[in-house]
Amino acid sequence: MNQKRPVNLDLSTIHFPLSALTSITHRITGVILFVGIAVLLWLLDLSLSGSEGFAQASDALGSPVAKFVIWAVLSALAYHMVAGIKHLFLDFGIGESREGGPVAAKLTVLVSVVLIVLMGVWVW
Amino acid sequence: MVTNVTSLGRNGVYDWLVQRVSAVVMLAWFLFVGGFIATHGDLQFIEWRALFAQIWMKVFTLAALVSLLAHAWIGMWTISTDYLTRLSLGSSATFVRLVFQLICFAILLVYFVWAVQILWSI
Repeated sequence: MNQKRPVNLDLSTIHFPLSALTSITHRITGVILFVGIAVLLWLLDLSLSGSEGFAQASDALGSPVAKFVIWAVLSALAYHMVAGIKHLFLDFGIGESREGGPVAAKLTVLVSVVLIVLMGVWVW
Repeated sequence: MVTNVTSLGRNGVYDWLVQRVSAVVMLAWFLFVGGFIATHGDLQFIEWRALFAQIWMKVFTLAALVSLLAHAWIGMWTISTDYLTRLSLGSSATFVRLVFQLICFAILLVYFVWAVQILWSI
């Protein structure tokens, strides 16, 4: 291998178009979900443990901190799913063009913002 | 072809396919459960437990969990091989990456056992 080939991996020198930002956000939300799944499992465990646990889970949805944590996890989930569905479209060759990239990125942001707001309305 | 002993399918095409299939299974599960909660305005414990008590729901949930294991493993593996490299960490990179991957695997194993225990306690 040619060891003198140019390498530019200093991310701070690279301009990030929207499609790159949506891509890194997809990855970041994935990491958030890796941890956040524990919150969802905890809720599932509590809510299925008995009618008392179910009431506790409902009460947990009543405290502001828990509301925020659950909303954050659901938001990460919503974004990760929308960006993932975009990938599935691309895999089928839909939107796989120079013009399609930015459009798909804008749609990803738009659809997930709507879902995140809806999640917020549901949680609060 | 690039191969790596720690990747799930030992090659990228297999990992790529597993990532998609597992994503679709989890998407179906979350849409179903989300739809169930949305259509049961004032959800009661009896209905909630009855849903998960059915054998098909246990199988569906277990399928989503196995998908989660594979999906999260491939995702975290990709991240570890992208960022925990010789370029960013120097000569200790391989060791740090393996430790990171082992921790991820342990966490996923805990999630899985926990979830199986939740499902089978119903």
